[in-house]
Amino acid sequence: MPERAPMTLFSMTTRAMSAQMVRMNAATSNLANAGSVSSTEEGAYRPIRAVFAVELDRASGLAGVTSSGLVRAETAAIKRYDPAHPLADADGNVFEAPVDETAEMVEIMESARQYQNLVQALQTAKQLMLETLRSQ
Amino acid sequence: MNERLFGIHGAALTLRSERMGVIASNIANAATPGYKARDIDFNAALGARLAQARGDATADPQAGMVWRTPTMPSLDGNTVELSREQVAFAENAVAYSATLSFVTGKVSTITRALKGE
Repeated sequence: MPERAPMTLFSMTTRAMSAQMVRMNAATSNLANAGSVSSTEEGAYRPIRAVFAVELDRASGLAGVTSSGLVRAETAAIKRYDPAHPLADADGNVFEAPVDETAEMVEIMESARQYQNLVQALQTAKQLMLETLRSQ
Repeated sequence: MNERLFGIHGAALTLRSERMGVIASNIANAATPGYKARDIDFNAALGARLAQARGDATADPQAGMVWRTPTMPSLDGNTVELSREQVAFAENAVAYSATLSFVTGKVSTITRALKGE
């Protein structure tokens, strides 16, 4: 493992905010690909999700968060009979991406709330630190 | 910090700062599956710190570290409840300010005594 600087409140919040950003980007990609079709079942878009993992810093006792990767959902593509579609296969079927728009919107909203919360906490912590520095 | 100079406020300020980090960690991990929220029991932790400062070697530096009990368990094993963390963070921030003003007051008293104003 590479040598890393000890975790501070600032670096922890930065990493957590980046993780939330990855999550929000994943949900946005899913929304963007909602309704996209493919001529094969394997070729259809599958929704992606960010997976978070704890990153404990023993020296400071802080627990940050990292995005340990993206997983593709194992949902089956939606088969639709549409022979007039230019992408239809030999049987006249197209395969639509199985994206649940409502679930993605909720994911984005939740992520935004948590992001806001982080910023608020960081602001308060920064203000307290500044007060401590200024007081004499 | 010198206990004779600042009383309990020196240890209390360090502890408040540590608790701020612990609660911020909970807020950061609000979406991590399986994360267990932690908190510092201020009273127990302060007692242990003061005992340690007085030379009690048996005092546990990790005393007062507690797991948070969730109001309702969640499916992914995460025990962070954002509203509770927000309230705890705000309460801790106010207490930090209060302790800080005690410390500042003490410092200015001593400075004035030294200057003989």
